[in-house]
Amino acid sequence: MKLLTGNELGSGAVTWWTGSGWSLHVEDAVDVGEHGEAVLHAEEGARRVNAPYIIDAVATPQGPRPAHIKDRVRALGPTVRPDLTLKPADPAAGDWII
Amino acid sequence: MYKYDHFDQSIVDARVAEFRDQVNRRIAGEITEDQFKPLRLMNGLYLQLHAYMLRVAIPYGTLDSRQMRMLAHIARKYDRDYGHFTTRQNIQYNWIKLEECADLLEELATVEMHAIQTSGNCIRNISSDQYAGAAADEVADPRPWAELLRQWSTFHPEFSYLPRKFKIAVIASPEDRAAMRLHDIGLELVRQNGELGARVFVGGGMGRTPMIAPEINPFVKANDLLSYIEACLRVYNRFGRRDNIYKARIKILVHEIGADEYRRQVAEEFAHVKTLGIDPPLAELERISAFFAPPAFDAADVEPDRSDPDFAVWLDQNVKPHKQAGYAIVNISLKPIGGIPGDATSAQIDVMADLAEQYGFDELRVTHAQNIVLPHVAKRDLHAVWQALREADLADANLDLISDIIACPGLDYCSLANARSIPVAQKIATRFADMDRQRDLGELKLKISGCINACGHHHAGHIGILGVDRKGVENYQLTFGGSGAEDVSIGKIIGPGFDEDGVVDAVEKATEVYKTLREGDERFIDTYRRVGLEPFKEAIYG
Repeated sequence: MKLLTGNELGSGAVTWWTGSGWSLHVEDAVDVGEHGEAVLHAEEGARRVNAPYIIDAVATPQGPRPAHIKDRVRALGPTVRPDLTLKPADPAAGDWII
Repeated sequence: MYKYDHFDQSIVDARVAEFRDQVNRRIAGEITEDQFKPLRLMNGLYLQLHAYMLRVAIPYGTLDSRQMRMLAHIARKYDRDYGHFTTRQNIQYNWIKLEECADLLEELATVEMHAIQTSGNCIRNISSDQYAGAAADEVADPRPWAELLRQWSTFHPEFSYLPRKFKIAVIASPEDRAAMRLHDIGLELVRQNGELGARVFVGGGMGRTPMIAPEINPFVKANDLLSYIEACLRVYNRFGRRDNIYKARIKILVHEIGADEYRRQVAEEFAHVKTLGIDPPLAELERISAFFAPPAFDAADVEPDRSDPDFAVWLDQNVKPHKQAGYAIVNISLKPIGGIPGDATSAQIDVMADLAEQYGFDELRVTHAQNIVLPHVAKRDLHAVWQALREADLADANLDLISDIIACPGLDYCSLANARSIPVAQKIATRFADMDRQRDLGELKLKISGCINACGHHHAGHIGILGVDRKGVENYQLTFGGSGAEDVSIGKIIGPGFDEDGVVDAVEKATEVYKTLREGDERFIDTYRRVGLEPFKEAIYG
């Protein structure tokens, strides 16, 4: 599957295309299939996202997981500071990253 | 410490106002990211993996307690309560919001600091010896020269769009504590028949093509130095490659045309530049130098009580001799076992500021090894300083030992990285947590980079680790034999790479070989240079 990702303009936070908008959580991301480039250009043109790009991912029961380690690290936060990730209260939240 | 004059302050304030306007226009959608990116980079603002990162310049790594407290304040107010001290003697904040950036810079400007030229193809922050003004072996204080270069290079109209970024280091001691010859230009102040001048080295650097800078001139008189450096830059600006980013650094130019031809061209250019009168008059040099006058040293030369064994170890490892009797140089390690190299919380930054104010003539230094220095501490105060540092978890006695690791942010933060650096550093430090074991190994400089750009200085590590991406999996190559000191050398890859745990095991095996083969007081690198790679390779790869 293909995901569309980028960063929020204001915070720089990692965002994922949900089909109708942007979410901080990769679990909300949808497969953009062959439409990724079109969405990318539309959203970038509307300045709703910064530096968007399309990545490969795999579907899992827990939701989409980016194929490449860099995007998996992006999806949650620094592996060395669980307290600074999107799920600081869940010590197992990053088990799938590496 | 240098204090801004009206011109310094007004150009920094003007830049903040200009950037505020640029940010506002970006947020309002009046300019695109492609248009905005070069503007934000000129102000030190990167977009990294998780957020914007702001790199704040700390000129030649020198700051006072007021500035240090501002760094803590920024960490608390605009970031997530910590900062990351870098190998360029700067500080980076990893979680900055674009809409708050101008406010941050405005606050920073109130303490004579900024983020200008911490990115982009310009002359970056001038780096220097963290022991400047305190080292017994210096022929002069390098800071006035570093400050002169800071002023000369700030907004230099001719050198704002160089082929590539440009880094200059100034030292004044035979012992190189600043990796001087691994800079685009390295200056070593020297005296010749009593006259001050500089050895000029050009074309060093790390990155994907590491090179040791050759000596281009053995002695440039002090009153010619600025003109000579201007000539060095002009030749580079004219002939440096702009067609290939990987061949754009000055080291490639010097290597391709040869040091002799580069030297000839610089001499030719210098003859012209010298007629332009850019070298400052003596009065200006004296004005700048006056800011760096030695503090009022008045402490009696008393040796500290060594009865506390932990204090004694810290004294032996982290405290260095000062040129003034009764004083010492205190190194504060930002490398706790299992911690993140170079990171400090806002509370810790405040503690260091307080100690500088109370015990250190209000001065701090950031080192390229990502530690902090209090350059002037009375020996009578060392125990009190150590106690305060211990309270703040800042008293690790591991300076220059295997756990004093330089590590770049790596794939945990950096958008360029291919592999994580910090977890490897944490695992190695934890493996060697026993202080007796570390001290038995002695000086062992281990440096880790998460990609070929070498921000973690792995080429200059006695043991270097380079993280690479092997089909989407982190892999770590080992290099041995590098040094950023006066015995400068580039490390060599020893063989196939390892996974994260494998590279920790390999490092441990290397230390065992060293312990078996070392003679006398040889350091790891001395033994490696004497016996060569084979015994290490055999132990590691079997």
